[in-house]
Amino acid sequence: MSIGHTLLGLLESGPRHGYDLKRAFDEKFGHDRPLHYGQVYSTMSRLLKHGLVEVDGIEAGGGPERKRYAITDAGITDVERWLATPEKPEEYLQSTLYTKVVLALLTHRDAADILDVQRAEHLRSMRILTDRKRKGDLADQLICDHALFHLEADLRWLELTAARLDKLREAVAR
Amino acid sequence: MTAPPGSLLAAENLHKSYGPTVALDGAEFSIHPGEVVAVMGPSGSGKSTLLHCLAGIVPPDSGSITYAGRELAGMSDAERSALRRSEFGFVFQFGQLVPELTCVENVALPLRLNGRPRKQAERAALTWMERLEVDDLKDKRPGEVSGGQGQRVAVARALVTGPRVVFADEPTGALDSLNGERVMELLTDAARSTNAAVVLVTHEARVAAYSDREIVVRDGRSRDMERAI
Repeated sequence: MSIGHTLLGLLESGPRHGYDLKRAFDEKFGHDRPLHYGQVYSTMSRLLKHGLVEVDGIEAGGGPERKRYAITDAGITDVERWLATPEKPEEYLQSTLYTKVVLALLTHRDAADILDVQRAEHLRSMRILTDRKRKGDLADQLICDHALFHLEADLRWLELTAARLDKLREAVAR
Repeated sequence: MTAPPGSLLAAENLHKSYGPTVALDGAEFSIHPGEVVAVMGPSGSGKSTLLHCLAGIVPPDSGSITYAGRELAGMSDAERSALRRSEFGFVFQFGQLVPELTCVENVALPLRLNGRPRKQAERAALTWMERLEVDDLKDKRPGEVSGGQGQRVAVARALVTGPRVVFADEPTGALDSLNGERVMELLTDAARSTNAAVVLVTHEARVAAYSDREIVVRDGRSRDMERAI
């Protein structure tokens, strides 16, 4: 995820302090991985340098000074361009799971067992996500669904591979 | 394997063939009260046969099934029928509601078959329909409700007798994702709150994710994944 673009996008609704930006980011997108303050300030200085944000005001207090950032027109154009550019789908062609299955077959180990154990591990993650989804709000449901669909795709591949193990064994032996 | 202590329903070394086709080849199973166990595996692996044996619908060729400490094979047909009517609940993929009856009559049916007076049975049925969020459909017939609604009515009917085990065979197989998930949420919430065990046959991982653990059936043999890791 582009943190710079996300912070810029959050600034579109109005100027904010670095701390507010971090809080908004964590609340909406951070989930289990909140931003570090260092990340926020280094990203903001980069955006400042490129003219995508400007300092809207400085609040002097007892502690360190607090800058308030505002998005510039160039910043808005940058967010627009980022949103309009489609993300390249991941190719998933370098799969560790595939490598493990082929290696197991090449070394005459139990590939079906590897697939079974992997399925159980995937399901374990899916249970955690499903539970979180049940207890969460709509935003939680959407982010968990995204993860669940990806895990489900892996599982479908596991099932298909399990059903084709004999053929795959012949193919890798050649 | 011997049945784990405290298990409500357990099967050991089950074998079942239909003619030359081996459906179960030494399958094992156990479930505790309040537990949801997913039975997974490819089509034709023996999942449904396992469920039918566990529920006393078809007898295995060999092996033992114990429910609450009693051997199913040692019961008479009448005892097994009574067990299915009062202690077990069933949810299938399709065609389980009686089309001529209204939804509330469908839900009340298992109680009526157990001899409960109509009013009393329908009152209990309505409580379950409220819980499954389909009480507004009480006077409609199954043909007049959507697939997702019909399946919730079927879940209410499976739970109305207060079963100790609910057998669900691909309960969301005919539903879209959103309806399927809601049915799974309601089914597992209701079962957990009444401490009923749920045997959930499914080939869908998203459905299995509502379970506490899974066993995998392949070529008629089962594997308990919790013990495998």
